Amino acid sequence: MLPFILKRVFQSILVLVITGAIAFSMFTFVGDPIDNMLGQERTMEDVERLRAQLGLDKPVPVQYFRFLNQAAQGNFGVSYRQGREVSEIIMERAPATLELAALSAVFAVLMGIALGVFTAIRRDGFTANFIMSVSLIGVSLPTFLIGILLIYLFSVQLGWLPSFGRGEVVQIGGWTTGFLTESGLKALILPAITLGLYQMTLIMRLVRSEMLEVLRQDYIRFARARGLSNRVINFRHALKNTMVPVITVIGLQLGAIIAFAIITETVFQWPGLGLLFINAIQFVDIPVMAAYLMMISVMFVVINLLVDILYAFIDPRLRVSAK
Amino acid sequence: MTEPVLSIRNLTVEIPTRRGLFKPVQNVSYDIHPGEIRGVVGESGAGKSMTGNAVIGLLDDPARVASGEIWLKGRRIDNLSTEEKRAIRGSEIGMIFQDPLTSLNPLFTIGEQLVETIQLHLKVSAAEAKERALALLDRVSIPDPKTRFDQYPHQFSGGMRQRVVIALALCSEPSVIVADEPTTALDVSIQAQVLDLIKELASETQVGVILVTHDMGVIADTTEQVTVMYSGEVVENGPTDKVLSAPEHEYTKSLISAVPRPQVKLHRFPQVSYGGRETTFKIQDLARNWHKPEPSKSGKLVEVKGITKTFLEKSALLPSRRTYFTAVDNVSFDIKDGEVFGLVGESGSGKSTVARMIGTLLPVDAGQIQFDGDDVTAMSAADMANYRKQIQMIFQDPFSSLNPRMKVESIVAEPLIHHKLLPPDQISGRVHELLDRVGLTRAAAAKYPHEFSGGQRQRISIARALATQPRFLICDEPTSALDVSIQAQILNILKDLQEHLGLTMLFISHDLPVVRQMCDRVGVMKQGQLIEVQDTEALFANPEQDYTAQLLDLMPRLAQLSG
Repeated sequence: MLPFILKRVFQSILVLVITGAIAFSMFTFVGDPIDNMLGQERTMEDVERLRAQLGLDKPVPVQYFRFLNQAAQGNFGVSYRQGREVSEIIMERAPATLELAALSAVFAVLMGIALGVFTAIRRDGFTANFIMSVSLIGVSLPTFLIGILLIYLFSVQLGWLPSFGRGEVVQIGGWTTGFLTESGLKALILPAITLGLYQMTLIMRLVRSEMLEVLRQDYIRFARARGLSNRVINFRHALKNTMVPVITVIGLQLGAIIAFAIITETVFQWPGLGLLFINAIQFVDIPVMAAYLMMISVMFVVINLLVDILYAFIDPRLRVSAK
Repeated sequence: MTEPVLSIRNLTVEIPTRRGLFKPVQNVSYDIHPGEIRGVVGESGAGKSMTGNAVIGLLDDPARVASGEIWLKGRRIDNLSTEEKRAIRGSEIGMIFQDPLTSLNPLFTIGEQLVETIQLHLKVSAAEAKERALALLDRVSIPDPKTRFDQYPHQFSGGMRQRVVIALALCSEPSVIVADEPTTALDVSIQAQVLDLIKELASETQVGVILVTHDMGVIADTTEQVTVMYSGEVVENGPTDKVLSAPEHEYTKSLISAVPRPQVKLHRFPQVSYGGRETTFKIQDLARNWHKPEPSKSGKLVEVKGITKTFLEKSALLPSRRTYFTAVDNVSFDIKDGEVFGLVGESGSGKSTVARMIGTLLPVDAGQIQFDGDDVTAMSAADMANYRKQIQMIFQDPFSSLNPRMKVESIVAEPLIHHKLLPPDQISGRVHELLDRVGLTRAAAAKYPHEFSGGQRQRISIARALATQPRFLICDEPTSALDVSIQAQILNILKDLQEHLGLTMLFISHDLPVVRQMCDRVGVMKQGQLIEVQDTEALFANPEQDYTAQLLDLMPRLAQLSG
């Protein structure tokens, strides 16, 4: 078990070093930061001074090491556009995205598993087939269209829910939350569904097919032969076996929810990281882009590491060696 | 005579299909008395398992009981509601399945699965249930039940798992146990132990046992009463010794005669002739345009010199913490031109690993394999291609050794195309000829593998192996997955190959009677080592090693059949 985790940690670090190199190369290849930071009226001394101050006169490997070192401490320099510390800007925007992502993840996982199990058990039922057909819409419609349709229905026509923004937020320490006010909660619903719908249908379809596979296994037949009730067989014996492969995909999808919140945030003008990233691209704000890239890759890597550990926790065959 | 604990009366099971009603079980009747073991024997598709499933109320949709009655201790059970049937399952009727490796849930400990079942049926506290579970594990002779209780199924060997499965079936002292091929997936020695355990339990707890099997040896050794089924119907019913020694029905007679005898060597395997299912094949016709190979230089086609294979058993960061498992340990033997060399041993003894190393599917860790004087382990790519053309393999499982997405024609043509043996316009003719020779029709070429039975698929495998006109054939348990009648067919084809085409063969099997009929010389493997090599007759008459003697001892004798 320990060698397995160490190996995974090592692989994760390798991934981060490589994405770090990509993020770092943006500084060098996408325009000259000196040009960006100093205006038209600059002297050679200014340029030299800033070059030395930013460490750009050092050899590239040294610069890269310095970048990694700084990045590891959460220091990505100063935003070209806003002139503020990037880490400060990210800290300000992160709560909005994380709250949205957390809610849609919970929605996607709970609904996905529940509907997946339901459609697997009632394989030939009318409701199950209906859900399966409708789920095709969730898979095939693009996110922005779903968002716009939801806004049209619930905000424009019915007027029940706000169409953009976070609503009122409460400040707790450095964290702003929309969970504590009514308007904050209302504002979360539409974007959370929009963001989680695709993942939900994906998880549902996966759980269904895995569960159907598991229900065909001999140990399920044997469980029936032992006289266990359907409830125990479906929810204790079958579901746990179903979850083993499903967890990997859920892990990847959780990363995707955070990373691809960009479209949903744009549609709903959600003041989160995705919107920040889109604006950064428009203004070639490289420190922000680099920081966002690093942050997303750290999240992916951490989630996958946790999934691998969880995997071993569920499946004793990975945890306890034979004999 | 005591009252029967279970009676099946005129049971018919039907499955609605597009082509009308199909009746896999027709008008079947038999009784089981307390403490009695009744064997139900027949080929696959004869309806033996379907009858067992009907008894326990586990027929898969859309199969259903069409008519007939099932009585359990004076109570009719075939017409109960789903919920009432469930209450009987596990408490009144226990069940044991064929494959112990898949019948336990891999994610729960043995203890959890036992306690769950005990609490369901006996309504006792968790502590009492655990106590009972430990007693059951002890009863089925699992050593150190206290430690084993908290272990997962993958930590048990096949035989131990089958013991756990039996313990689970015994949880609430059922009156009947349906054992569906309980030992088919096990080694001979383990099979004997598990059957002994079932016999002991039957006489001790007076539980009635329905033992479904296709193995006549198991029937002869274990059962008191036997029911012979053919194509959904009971053809013969009676005390085992009587049915085996003086069978009345033609089918029973031909089934019994098709069982390979361990005592005498026959030229050909008797086939099950009943029902007109004898297939003709014309291997001798292949000999006409078969390119007969030159005899090998030394008279020995294959020489295996001290080959060894180790597998990583437990990976670890530090090389010193890694553990290795030696699957094949310094094995040496040689196979003469035109000889059939047998390799026997229990599962895990390294037989198949040896075959794979000779077939270059696995690299050799140490030692040498020589084919007609050339070292296979150090060949150039061109020589290797030529070597691979001269050796072909036939595998155990005819279901997974043919690509389900390829038509039979492409499957058999593939070696011809790969080795560029024939111009493209002649390939189709050659494929049809090969299929014809192994007794398949021309129409077979256009079909996919799933449209064939196990025996037919194995014949497709043979046609594929013959496509390159090999000199050496490796058969890895070619008939273990087949019924006794089909087995006779396949073995006769293989014998013809040797006789008419002069093929040299490595024949791997755990079935000693078959080995005796097939092989000229036999090697015995135990835990990766080759412990004995002898001429077949000498080995069966006077085994040198104790282990060999023990293996021979365990083989079902069919004493009643010797006549």
